[in-house]
Amino acid sequence: MTVADVLLVALGGLAVGAGLLVVSCAHVVRAGLWLVVALGALAGCFLVLSAEFVAWVQLLIYVGAVVVLLLFVTMLTRAPIGRSEELDRSRWPAALVGGATAITLVTLLVQAFGGVTVTLNGAAIGSAQRIGVAVFSGWVLGFELLSVILLAALIATIVVSRRMDSE
Amino acid sequence: MHAAIPYIIAALLCSVGVYGIMVRRNAVLLLMAVELILAAATLILVTADAVHGAAAPTGQVFALFVIVLAAAEIGVGLAIVLRWYRTFGSVDITEVDAQGGESSASDSDSGAADNTDPVATSSAQVML
Repeated sequence: MTVADVLLVALGGLAVGAGLLVVSCAHVVRAGLWLVVALGALAGCFLVLSAEFVAWVQLLIYVGAVVVLLLFVTMLTRAPIGRSEELDRSRWPAALVGGATAITLVTLLVQAFGGVTVTLNGAAIGSAQRIGVAVFSGWVLGFELLSVILLAALIATIVVSRRMDSE
Repeated sequence: MHAAIPYIIAALLCSVGVYGIMVRRNAVLLLMAVELILAAATLILVTADAVHGAAAPTGQVFALFVIVLAAAEIGVGLAIVLRWYRTFGSVDITEVDAQGGESSASDSDSGAADNTDPVATSSAQVML
């Protein structure tokens, strides 16, 4: 067990625990705040895996924008502020499917990568400079397509959420 | 570093998201569970980059792409949830069957009565 292993286990345990609270918490707003913890711990995992730029983008976009948007819509749809028992369906089928998914994926990934060990060499591997060079030399088409998708999503969001005149 | 550790974390996060999608009734909470699955996919990509990516950080570039796509997805999804709330006055996904669209809403009067509450709908429009 190296330092990276210990950090990954700690941060990953925090992320999975907070994720469990996201899907089981009886308060709607608290579930959104636990999502902040889960995604923040995941950003810490990215930092340990020497993906520095991805970690900061994760913090900016997920924690900064997506969770704020989720909480905003939670308030707009007048979710109950306090504890509410009406949030969940019956848990047993969901737990069965979730547990089966966990067992399948963990078995698959452990069999594939069980003995692999890596030495993480430095933070420069995921620096903004290296990512930028990779994006704008090898993945320009994907980058441009993504900007078109973002524009389409922006227009679609405005059109769908706009109040119609007929109502 | 053992490569299996972040892979196992991603697998557990993904299964937590699957559980959340199946168990939640509130559409906003369901989208939160979808976010957990997308975050697990990002972790898989970053880990694959740390394990295999020697020459170019392709996995991290794809992780960035997934993050941007998740942002686009959550924007459109939440807009649809808002629209739905204004139309039906509820974000409970189990009430879709009772609604069955506007054409067959008259088939289930008991289910439609409490959802198309005019007070809730009009007050929501005032608020929005």
